[in-house]
Amino acid sequence: MTMLSTTSAAELPGAPAGAQPGGQPGKLSGLAATWRRLPATAKAGAVLLLVFILAAIIGPQVAPYAPGLQTPLANHPPSGAHLLGTTATGQDVLSQLLTGIRLSLELAFWVGVIATALSVIVGVTSAFLGGIWDEVLSLLTNVFLVIPALPLLILLLGLLPGKGQLPTILVLAGLGWPWGARVIRAQTLMIRNRDFIAAARETGERGWRIIVFELIPNEVSLIAASFVNTVLYAIGASVALAFVGLTDLSSFSLGTILYWAESGNALQQSYWWWFVPPGVAVALIGTALVMLNTGIDELGNPRLRDVRNATKIAGRRIWPTDPTPVLAAMNGHRGRLASFMHSFSRGSLLDEAPLDKAGELR
Amino acid sequence: MQFILRRLAFYLVAAWVAITANFFIPRALPGNVVEAIMAKNPDLQPSAQKALEALLGVGNQGSLWHQYVHYLGQVFTFNFGPDPINYPSSVNQILSQEVPWTLALVGLSTIIAFVIGTGLGILAGWRAGGRLDKSLPAWMFVQGIPYFFLALVFIEVLAVKFRIFPIGQGFDAEYYTPGWTWGFIANAIDHSILPALTIVLTSMAGWMLQMRNVMVTTIGEDYVVAAQAKGLPNRRVIFTYAARNAMLPQLQGFGLAIGYVVAGALVMELVFSYPGIGLQLLNAVGNDDYPMMQAIFLLITFAVLVANMLVDIVLVLADPRVRAREVAR
Repeated sequence: MTMLSTTSAAELPGAPAGAQPGGQPGKLSGLAATWRRLPATAKAGAVLLLVFILAAIIGPQVAPYAPGLQTPLANHPPSGAHLLGTTATGQDVLSQLLTGIRLSLELAFWVGVIATALSVIVGVTSAFLGGIWDEVLSLLTNVFLVIPALPLLILLLGLLPGKGQLPTILVLAGLGWPWGARVIRAQTLMIRNRDFIAAARETGERGWRIIVFELIPNEVSLIAASFVNTVLYAIGASVALAFVGLTDLSSFSLGTILYWAESGNALQQSYWWWFVPPGVAVALIGTALVMLNTGIDELGNPRLRDVRNATKIAGRRIWPTDPTPVLAAMNGHRGRLASFMHSFSRGSLLDEAPLDKAGELR
Repeated sequence: MQFILRRLAFYLVAAWVAITANFFIPRALPGNVVEAIMAKNPDLQPSAQKALEALLGVGNQGSLWHQYVHYLGQVFTFNFGPDPINYPSSVNQILSQEVPWTLALVGLSTIIAFVIGTGLGILAGWRAGGRLDKSLPAWMFVQGIPYFFLALVFIEVLAVKFRIFPIGQGFDAEYYTPGWTWGFIANAIDHSILPALTIVLTSMAGWMLQMRNVMVTTIGEDYVVAAQAKGLPNRRVIFTYAARNAMLPQLQGFGLAIGYVVAGALVMELVFSYPGIGLQLLNAVGNDDYPMMQAIFLLITFAVLVANMLVDIVLVLADPRVRAREVAR
């Protein structure tokens, strides 16, 4: 479910990175220009994500209690002393949440870094070397793409003796790279035949220099998209794995809080303050990442972008359904829904402009 | 046909990789797995120990190649021997009771979610910037919710608070026995509404977002504008011109995403105590029931591969370019 919004990521233009209109006097103003071009959804996603990253950085310091500290105040609803209530063993939910966000984001970040690095290596190598390498690596990528990851993760983590943070990161990263690899391979195949690569080759540049300095800078947006996607996958998978108990249960991540809430019967007793905050946190992090990804998609695909400044005539939105203002005016006497439904009917082909009583065109 | 054959060869390779990984993973682990299982279940017969050792490659089993060939034979007949946790019954017997539950629930609700999500995506894309399209951030939030968390909330609100639906299980075992009786089927449907709703809601959003994006891109194509200019009714333009082409990436995505959907649904079964293979897999993990884990992993992998193959066949039927590529070859 994590990989759905990348359709158009493959269509990102191969324009050289940083070649924004208006030149690039400095790195920072370039960043500012990119930010201004970002669609609203992407901005909202970035801000939301930033809030969670901040919470992850300062959270453990500002947490009012130690997350594991047990107090006699068990299953207490939110109050002044415990803003989000307490667990069955009297631990402070807010403190657990702040620590949990840190641990979960940390894990997702490292999975994202390792898996994206793997997909860049596999994707670029496969497309750049071509021939038998390409055949083998593409086959490997596609095989890993169709083998369902979560059951394999459950199998691996279920069999592994140690279930700490590190094995989870390695296993998640080891299974999270194929999607990115496939997209990056397709893009590299396209760029590989461009003139500037040929020029670099003619001047005697070595293969690795071409890859690092010519090729990869042109795939930054694609790599960013696949990083965001991988982080999304890592959050979802790690929380699910922790929820079923396949992790180090003595640490506090968003998933383990949910695990303890479930095994502490928070559900049957309606202790909502115990399981709702971590779940909502996961959902919000997921939303932020999906929004960010949609934004990256829009940045690369002008058609998605143009939707926002679509035609308006006299304050009236002109849909693709009503190609001309005349047609829009003809449908004016109908309500929004009625005119939409009408546009499906055969009668809409024979539409006449509505006449008033005197037979004049209104 | 050639395309189908090539894809078939690819799925065979994928299946072989999964089977082989399944063979080597327990063998690469430290410690004596079988001893641990035997210690946990003292009433196991020595014959069960033999079967376990053969499956997991413990003890003196001959060369690795010999073991591998034996294992392949087991996989082809789907015979994973007796189940150490529920001793007298075999892994197969237990699975054959549970597969129908998961297949009915997850299969049906995935298809429903795909159809509804794609339909909403077509509408949102066709009227991009409209009211449905403006609600997209809300759908992104729905997509971000983990399956099992939505399941928890549903149980809390709809089953515990308002008592509209039963809390969990596949059916009320006190009143009904599984069979083709109206009472049982009605009861099973009653129990499956909440889990199905969970799957449909969370996976629908993803299909919708993707379809909307492809649809918006497709509507900008010249042939859609031409179709409108010809004066074709909207119904035709939307469904036979725009949506039909926008469906193709969506279908490909369906094949790839089905693994994630199924995986999410497996964890959800735990929340609802639904008697399917997801619950069984997680129980098996908790009990160190390795034969069961291996069998379920292979079963899910095969199911996903078959689903992918069906998608490929649909693609060949739906996309003339795939057929044209064959002719060109």
